[in-house]
Amino acid sequence: MTTGTTKTLTLARAINEGLRRSLENDPKVLLMGEDIGPLGGVFRVTDGLQKDFGEDRVVDTPLAESGILGTAIGLALRGYRPVCEIQFDGFVFPAYDQITTQLAKMGYRSGGRLQVPVVVRIPYGGGIGAVEHHSESPEALFAHTAGLRVVSPSTPQDAFTMIQEAIASPDPVLFFEPKGRYWEKGEVDLGGRGEGATVLDRARVVRAGTDLTLVAYGPTVATALRAAETAAQEGRSVEVVDLRAISPLDTATVVESVRRTGRCVVVHEAPTYLGSGAEVAARVTEECFYALEAPVLRVGGFHTPYPVAKIEHDYLPSLDRVLDAVDRAFAY
Amino acid sequence: MTDHEAREPARDAASTPPDLPDVTGGPDDAPLLQLVTPAGARVTTPETDAYRDRVAHLDAAALRGLWRDMVLTRRFDDEATSLQRQGELGLYAQAKGQEAAQIGSGRALAAQDYVFPSYREHGISHVRGIDPTARLRLFRGVDHGGWDPTEHNVHLYTLVIGSHALHATGYAMGLQRDGLVGTGDAARDTAVVTYFGDGATSQGDVNEALVFAAVNNAPVVFFCQNNQWAISEPTTKQTRVPLYRRGGGFGIPSVRVDGNDVLACYAVTAEALERARSGGGPTFVEAFTYRMGAHTTSDDPTKYRSRAQEEYWLRRDPIDRLEALLRAEDAWDDAFAADVEAEAEALGERLRTEVRALAAPAGASMFEHVYATPHSVVERESAWFAEYEQSFAEEAAR
Repeated sequence: MTTGTTKTLTLARAINEGLRRSLENDPKVLLMGEDIGPLGGVFRVTDGLQKDFGEDRVVDTPLAESGILGTAIGLALRGYRPVCEIQFDGFVFPAYDQITTQLAKMGYRSGGRLQVPVVVRIPYGGGIGAVEHHSESPEALFAHTAGLRVVSPSTPQDAFTMIQEAIASPDPVLFFEPKGRYWEKGEVDLGGRGEGATVLDRARVVRAGTDLTLVAYGPTVATALRAAETAAQEGRSVEVVDLRAISPLDTATVVESVRRTGRCVVVHEAPTYLGSGAEVAARVTEECFYALEAPVLRVGGFHTPYPVAKIEHDYLPSLDRVLDAVDRAFAY
Repeated sequence: MTDHEAREPARDAASTPPDLPDVTGGPDDAPLLQLVTPAGARVTTPETDAYRDRVAHLDAAALRGLWRDMVLTRRFDDEATSLQRQGELGLYAQAKGQEAAQIGSGRALAAQDYVFPSYREHGISHVRGIDPTARLRLFRGVDHGGWDPTEHNVHLYTLVIGSHALHATGYAMGLQRDGLVGTGDAARDTAVVTYFGDGATSQGDVNEALVFAAVNNAPVVFFCQNNQWAISEPTTKQTRVPLYRRGGGFGIPSVRVDGNDVLACYAVTAEALERARSGGGPTFVEAFTYRMGAHTTSDDPTKYRSRAQEEYWLRRDPIDRLEALLRAEDAWDDAFAADVEAEAEALGERLRTEVRALAAPAGASMFEHVYATPHSVVERESAWFAEYEQSFAEEAAR
């Protein structure tokens, strides 16, 4: 459906459109990664961009993730705004040193004299029947490093806006793309800047409710919304908050919600142990202590390596497991 | 010899004698380019013609200038080491013995060229005019950096071994996109030099930098100071072949030079920079030298290397070699040397005063510049810390 500047796009296509606008608007923006040129990336997110912007701005790099990040930092020091694509979540680790010891700290160690506005796009999450290293959710590892912003869109509209704001940000941004939602469609307003830079650090209430707050981001927002709908049929009014950012966590929005609802369940695909849900739980406990009807519960991956595809449905926070947590929260 | 083959300079018996301790038969036992012998005599072999041309313009005054650079770098090093021993610096990494490699290559740079050093390049910092006291802020523990990189075209010291080789390569790729390579305008064409050591050549990042530089034909010079020791590990723990041969495998022209010969280091760097600026791509330089001091002030070389080796290299001090050349060519000037000595004394005194005066920053400054734009977590923690500190002030006021 198309009305005015609004189009129905997949999440992958929305990122493509966002990248295109950034490339158009700022000659210093360039894309780097493996197979992002003629192939358009293994998920086709950069489809057609090299044809339109040339090999110097949409760069097929050597197959070396640390090299991609390290040279991106050098390009940023020269005034460029590189957007790096890491092919899959599990392949970011060769670049982990450059991201955490160099990218994250460059502004700090230079006393603010240097800026490295690098965006690292990482398709992440499971549920796609993939082989080992292709379904992981390592966002907390990066959120634990000061100097990085870590965000994840859940809808095509947010994907379109957030990728442009991430590129425009003077800070390095880890941009986690829920690959299991790449082909889900939504309305995208292609005109204007939408909510502007606030999309990078402001959570959003995506469904209003009064009895329990479900906190999610990226791929689990859709699961949380389905859980809220199901709960509504049982007469429970569930509010859903899409965090959008893991660093910084917009705990103010969550706290405001939980003070009203008295119950909180956090959902993410990453392991719950020391995950971002633990930080949400700690903040909510500290700031909503007297409003809580139940302890904050978490639903997510287990403290195991990501399992084989045939049993990943048991690992991922499914609708049933989210509803189970909702039941437990009400049972207190 | 094609451009993409590693360059094999003629073996100079004087440069790698068979009695060279712990080197014979190993990866460091390879020919190297030399323009001045350890005794201070010019090398005049036909193979060195092209390199001698590159230093022909350096007259007696220029040579004395290089000697001054090296003496001041040595004095800086000695003073910093003393300051660490007195508890004024937390740590210090000496450049002692590597002055020729750094001053020779550093003086070949054009003003617009950009440098990515490791953490031992105090000679480069001197050449680029970075305030001597500012260079020690990092080692005193009052700063993670210390200077404005864009003011001096010298990036901050990088402590993670080899990481900056990639930054240099990316920066060079940026220069290409900015149209600052191969224009033929000497004031415009720009190159990047990155300094690292023998240990760093084993790092993935250095090898990835060589890959990226090669396939992009990036204007970057990889200047490896092989000082024979990566803390306690000799070069044999890093390589089976001479390090300069690493470049050839990447399709990068490579050269091995006597790192204690300031003129040879100048010449090979000038050649490499010219290649880079003109669009000829990267070069790998191995400057074979010796770390006369410890790795850092926390290190104890007596645990792993012989006194004989140290004494051998003490007799091959790069500063002595340049002095011998100056004397051999009647270019030595006692008055000039006395002036430099006085200048070095003044530098030492200045460091002793100014370093002690470098005060710790306010505790709350730790929250500054974590991000370029407001971040709610840092803001909340910063506010809490301010309140916490204020609570003591209020208590004291009661």
